[in-house]
Amino acid sequence: MAAKFQTWWQGLRYRGGGTMVAWLLHRIGGLAMVIFVGMHVFASFLTQQFGSGFGTTLNIIYQSPYFQAPLYFFVIFHALNGFRIILLDTFPKLLEYQREVTWLQWMVFIPLYGLVVFFIIAGIVSGE
Amino acid sequence: MRNRTVPQPAMSFEYIMWMFTRISGLALLFLGAVSLVMAFVMGARELLDMPTLARWTFFPNPNHVVNSKIPDVTQGWANAYWQIMQIVIAFFGISHGLNGLRVIIEDYIGNTIWQPMLRGLIFLVWLFFTIMAVFVILAS
Repeated sequence: MAAKFQTWWQGLRYRGGGTMVAWLLHRIGGLAMVIFVGMHVFASFLTQQFGSGFGTTLNIIYQSPYFQAPLYFFVIFHALNGFRIILLDTFPKLLEYQREVTWLQWMVFIPLYGLVVFFIIAGIVSGE
Repeated sequence: MRNRTVPQPAMSFEYIMWMFTRISGLALLFLGAVSLVMAFVMGARELLDMPTLARWTFFPNPNHVVNSKIPDVTQGWANAYWQIMQIVIAFFGISHGLNGLRVIIEDYIGNTIWQPMLRGLIFLVWLFFTIMAVFVILAS
């Protein structure tokens, strides 16, 4: 038990910097999307074929801003981060500027996600 | 920093899936962009609100745009072209996602007897979701 706690703690304290945060968010976001898309396809199948109310229940959850805000965060981050990975894999010389590229990625991400948050909040305010 | 040497990988299952992840990721970005642009060509600026446009961009299914000002979705928004688009997006999306799940699982379990068993299970889940998605697309 103590040894396990030790590894967890070391894992949390590991100073991978910005690129490690990007790796972690990419992984968590990917898992979140697999679960979301899987449940969504399954629910639409049940609704379409058996007229089940399960799909409608899930749609109400999906449409809530508390679900949409993190989902959009993960989708946009995963797309941008994946694009960065493809670019750096294709042009390995750019790996030297890994840190800078990761900061550049956040500079693209923040206004894009800010726009999404603006529309979500505008939707709440107008009572959609 | 020293120049990094990049090893040239041999053709293996891992290399093919590594390549597939990149190609399908780019393809999903491209197909999303096509759906977005085509929506604007078909008049999304007048007909759709923001959440509806986002739903259509992620997956161009007519059920995603029913609550909009579109007078008749069968005029342009639901036809064989969009069905083919949806099948391609569903194939890339499901394969990309479940391969990612496989990579994450194999990162944590290592080279044990569980690895081939979970690979088989993920393959069955992949088959199930692909068939179900194509069924939903063709029936909607």
